[in-house]
Amino acid sequence: MPVWFTKSRTITHHLNRKVGFMGIIHQNFWISSSSSMQPSSLSSIFIPGIDEDHSTPHIFPFNSSIISRFSLQRFKSTKAASQLAQLYSTDDDDHDNSQVLDFPGGKVTYISEMRFLSESNVKRIPCYRVLDDNGEIIIGSDYEQLSEEIAVKMYSNMVTLQMMDTIFYEAQRQGRISFYLTSTGEEAINIASAAALSADDIILPQYREPGILLWRGFTIQEFANQCFGNKDDYGKGRQMPIHYGSKKHNFVTISSPIATQLPQAVGIAYSLKMDKKDACVVTYTGDGGTSEGDFHAALNFAAVTEAPVVFICRNNGWAISTHISEQFRSDGIVVRGRAYGIRSIRVDGNDALAVYSAIHAARKMAISEQRPVLVEALSYRVGHHSTSDDSTKYRPVDEIDYWKVERNPVNRFRKWVERYGWWSEEEESELRGSIKKQLLQAIQVAEKTEKPPLKNLFSDVYDIPPPNLREQEKELRETINRHPQDYPSDIPQ
Amino acid sequence: MAMSTGLRRCGRRLVASVCNNREVSFSTTCQGNNVIQQLQHGQLQETGKSLNLCSAINQALHIALETDPRSYVFGEDVSFGGVFRCTAGLAEKFGKKRVFNTPLCEQGIVGFGIGLAAMDNRAIVEIQFADYIFPAFDQIVNEAAKFRYRSGNQFNCGGLTIRTPYGAVGHGGHYHSQSPEAFFCHVPGIKVVVPRSPREAKGLLLSSIRDQNPVIFFEPKWLYRLAVEEVPEHDYMLPLSEAEVIQEGSDITLVGWGAQLSVMEQACFDAEKEGISCELIDLKTLMPWDKETVEASVRKTGRLLISHEAPVTGGFGAEISASIVERCFLRLEAPVARICGLDTPFPLVFEPFYVPNKNKILDAIKSTVNY
Ligand SMILES: Cc1ncc(C[n+]2csc(CCOP(=O)(O)OP(=O)(O)O)c2C)c(N)n1
Ligand SMILES: [Mg+2]
Repeated sequence: MPVWFTKSRTITHHLNRKVGFMGIIHQNFWISSSSSMQPSSLSSIFIPGIDEDHSTPHIFPFNSSIISRFSLQRFKSTKAASQLAQLYSTDDDDHDNSQVLDFPGGKVTYISEMRFLSESNVKRIPCYRVLDDNGEIIIGSDYEQLSEEIAVKMYSNMVTLQMMDTIFYEAQRQGRISFYLTSTGEEAINIASAAALSADDIILPQYREPGILLWRGFTIQEFANQCFGNKDDYGKGRQMPIHYGSKKHNFVTISSPIATQLPQAVGIAYSLKMDKKDACVVTYTGDGGTSEGDFHAALNFAAVTEAPVVFICRNNGWAISTHISEQFRSDGIVVRGRAYGIRSIRVDGNDALAVYSAIHAARKMAISEQRPVLVEALSYRVGHHSTSDDSTKYRPVDEIDYWKVERNPVNRFRKWVERYGWWSEEEESELRGSIKKQLLQAIQVAEKTEKPPLKNLFSDVYDIPPPNLREQEKELRETINRHPQDYPSDIPQ
Repeated sequence: MAMSTGLRRCGRRLVASVCNNREVSFSTTCQGNNVIQQLQHGQLQETGKSLNLCSAINQALHIALETDPRSYVFGEDVSFGGVFRCTAGLAEKFGKKRVFNTPLCEQGIVGFGIGLAAMDNRAIVEIQFADYIFPAFDQIVNEAAKFRYRSGNQFNCGGLTIRTPYGAVGHGGHYHSQSPEAFFCHVPGIKVVVPRSPREAKGLLLSSIRDQNPVIFFEPKWLYRLAVEEVPEHDYMLPLSEAEVIQEGSDITLVGWGAQLSVMEQACFDAEKEGISCELIDLKTLMPWDKETVEASVRKTGRLLISHEAPVTGGFGAEISASIVERCFLRLEAPVARICGLDTPFPLVFEPFYVPNKNKILDAIKSTVNY
């Protein structure tokens, strides 16, 4: 560095005249982006202002603090440097007016170099984490401390979710339910995000977030009822398994089409805003979901309407067989917030404490400042996409195992909870035994419970069935009388 | 039990799996354990391999990519073979530049396909389920359909073909079961094609791909594995906008398409036992459709029944009915019957009640004939 520094004056001047400083930076960006976002060794030469251990996100060349630090330290007395400082600074009000365009949204500085913004940052946005791989708090971490009660409930819920997935998945394999989809690997995102919210916050899920319902008290029996489509299913047997919904838990019913919930979440948030509620909306999407037009619509609407909504993107690496490298470029989801004017953070989705703390802070900002926040949680879909999928067809088993074993979010959180003496092997086996019993019992009960009555085929299409439906119901009942053998006898008529 | 509900449903899946186990042709009607062979339209030109519908589609895609170097196949998850395996082996054979995964964005898939097609390429796109075609509705309705017309034929996207699986499967619920063909039949500029069997699928898909207009090709996903038929191995095309009389009869004309034809075929068979002779027509192309074939048949039989899985109100059956009433009013001996899906969203546990099953059709055949 010092070597470079002593030469910086002439080099900078030269660069500035010939191609512009950013021109060189660009070449470097090209190199770094083509090597899939790995920090290139060149970056330390060309971006001397950025320390390797700098703990805040590097958003060069947009971040004025980095630029000014850069210019102050490196270019104190050169003319080029002061020009640069001006060019890259957004806070500087002493503009030469002829160099500034007053444009809606703030002053825009004119520059004479033709300069394209790079397609991505040199360094990836860092990932906020609190617990290390051994479940120990990393010294100096910024986090919300959990009470024993909350911590134990979180851990128990994570285990419950895991076991529910295992047993329901098996039930599908046995042909007892028609479909299932696990949240394996994403237990921390599920439970910790739920734990950081209040019960009044309204959830618009994608489909891999049943943990929120679990946290809010939706019972194992209620889960089973939905999967079996019996008369106690709140959806009245109309939707496929896992499409849960519960008004009393402020959990809006899941719909299979991807990303449709996102703009709806903003509308709900706007209503909370207008009603001055002390609550926000939290909506979830997968990495795949961010490619839909609705994702763009949602973020833009949220920013423009200043809606209290927290977007949580579970970036689990895969959308069925499509890897994120085929889904998007640049640095994932977190960087998109800024383009819309939305605060964003990247968090380790397998660190329950980090997820909890980030969502806790995001919620607070969303409500007290009435603004949207975007959270990208890095994780991995350890299970197959669903019971209709075999993921070994398109991804290496090693990769799955690595995330399942080395990066297991439940084990990591358990180590932390145990460290406080809040959890023991004894409690573990007791919990597992009791959950298993509840699950098996719930399945049995759900299976035996009557199906929803036939009238539910026609109700709720509209608030009141119109004549065409009344007529069709009458005709159907006549048909059933003529051919009872054609119809399942377990649907009460 | 949810599964048994599906299995019990009007014996339909059972019939199909019996057919499947015996590896007999799609046009075979099965009644319990009886398997009754019926000879189909003409003999096979050349004996091909026994293929299911999924493999027949796959073969057509191989041929399309092989015979036209400017053809492309893409969509969500197509690279590893697609969630239904219809695109298996294509990426390996033709490379990731011509066969690729897209981001999860249907409007992007179709819009990109329109652009590619506008440059004289064949864009063969997959929408993972017909239920998920709606984000692309604008691109299809306002763009693909009008690309030629609005430019005075300076531009066109005729090379666009949208493949998408549609219809009931026994456990698909709202979003893995729908039959949205009627929406697209209401859009001048788009062709809509639905094959009923493996052999048909291959020939019609190749025609759709090579047609000079954007085509939506709805694939009956219920038949992907269940319908097995001898499929000629060579490159062949079946004409669009030509319906086919797949069974001749004199008392009533039955019109359908896709997977529903197999249900109608069973109803015809049962009606035959009661002395009613049914003429069964596969429409194949819904837009622009072959009115002449249907009209000629109704002129002969004097009666018409249409059956489709989509909700009855505003379904394509309504269009057929209106057109035939216009043309054959004085010849009709009974009102046109429509046996279709109910005017509800497609339901999960109530699926057996929702679908236009064999006995609903049979009852309607009888009451129409006895009107
Ligand atoms: C509009 C739409 N297109 C396609 C699908 C089919 N589909 C279901 S899930 C899925 C992948 C979603 O991936 P992601 O958003 O990353 O969520 P994950 O499954 O990884 O949790 C796809 C393509 C759909 N449900 N909706
Ligand atoms: Mg994903």
